[in-house]
Amino acid sequence: MTGIVVIGASAGGVQALLTLLPALPADFPRPVLIVVHVPPDHDHGLAALFESRCAMQVCEAEDKQMPAPGTIYFAPANYHLLVEPDGSMALSADDPVNHSRPSIDLLLESAADALRSRLIAVLLTGANNDGAEGLRAVARTGGTAIVEDPATARVPTMPAAGLAANPGATRLVIDAIAPHLLRLA
Amino acid sequence: MNDETPEPDVDDIEIDLLLEALYRRYHYDFRHYARASIKRRLIQARGRLGMSSFSALQDRLLHDPDMLARLLNYLTVQVSEMFRDPSYFRALREKVIPHLRTYPSLKVWIAGCSNGEEVYSLAMLFREEGLEQRTIFYATDINPKALKAAEAGVYPLDQIRKFTENHQKSGARTSLSDYYVADYDRAIFDSSLRANIVFSDHSLATDSVFGEMHLISCRNVLIYFDRALQERAVGLFEESLVRRGFLGLGRKESLRFSDHAAGFADFVREEKIYQRRER
Repeated sequence: MTGIVVIGASAGGVQALLTLLPALPADFPRPVLIVVHVPPDHDHGLAALFESRCAMQVCEAEDKQMPAPGTIYFAPANYHLLVEPDGSMALSADDPVNHSRPSIDLLLESAADALRSRLIAVLLTGANNDGAEGLRAVARTGGTAIVEDPATARVPTMPAAGLAANPGATRLVIDAIAPHLLRLA
Repeated sequence: MNDETPEPDVDDIEIDLLLEALYRRYHYDFRHYARASIKRRLIQARGRLGMSSFSALQDRLLHDPDMLARLLNYLTVQVSEMFRDPSYFRALREKVIPHLRTYPSLKVWIAGCSNGEEVYSLAMLFREEGLEQRTIFYATDINPKALKAAEAGVYPLDQIRKFTENHQKSGARTSLSDYYVADYDRAIFDSSLRANIVFSDHSLATDSVFGEMHLISCRNVLIYFDRALQERAVGLFEESLVRRGFLGLGRKESLRFSDHAAGFADFVREEKIYQRRER
């Protein structure tokens, strides 16, 4: 199993991802799993939005599917996205966690548990604290954490909480995250 | 230490042992549930039940049957809604019901019925479509407490607004308020809805087929299973369904990767409603 990249984003997240994801090449060697907070009642169409703008393949995560390198997977609206110990993706309709479904914490915690040091977790702009517990788990399991610089993020609350939970995280402006991921890959 | 084979996590060893104990002592089989979710629920249970470790929880579980009911509530409880995903119910109403009308009697299985929101939704829909009297609904779950709640048919009043909105969007011919009375903060559903419902204990992990069904609705249950258990469950559904019978899954569940895919045809693709093929 190769390593994977997981990304969490909330308020302002779509714009941030429009900077980050198109800068990754088609042959990016890891799968990228993403939770974006969106209103629960609609299919959000994020995959369709990003598909035409990205060199990587873009799709919605499917239950018990093994994520492939060079592919971006979005959590479906109103489902949690988790990573199983074998690296496959799993969906859950459990209660929202801190008012969020999908929850960034659940993706990051389960991925940290499954991937340990082979995980790269990225936390972007947002107006809540989702992802902070997840980044704490990433620190505990020896994974790599990257946090969007709260000073330049559209909404600083979420990345600031992430940095507080994982002080060892690399702090980067949004334009610098894709180049950094390429160096790590 | 070799990076490819990290030292096993103690929690993971304890969870394996706990699930084995649960199975061998009480015959509840969670060993093939998707691991990330079951682990999260067990961590919650460990904390709220005041246990210092999963081993401590296992010790209590083995020696104190009362602990079983408490643990099951963490492992199985799902909140749902009446007419959840209204477009699913609209598709049943508009596309499936016309086929069901051609049968003189009908059997419908709600597998993993939890607190009963879905079986009442279907009972109302079948009543509105004039099919309730010729139908037996089997609502099954593994959690006795959930089955009891389902049988009671009482829901918090603050959920009714959402249920009502869903019901309307499902193409309802009546008003949801025709089916319940409000009592302080509770909505008590009309007991006549239960006249044709059989509530029963059944496990998709350990039990077998119990009847020939015309429609099976099992939504947001399979996502909690690993691949092997998903195959077992879908195999039970295939075996249970009459030829050209219907299977409804959750919005993000599919038979696409299933060994049983060949036994089914897409019926309403976007609503994950399948039809069993003739053999």
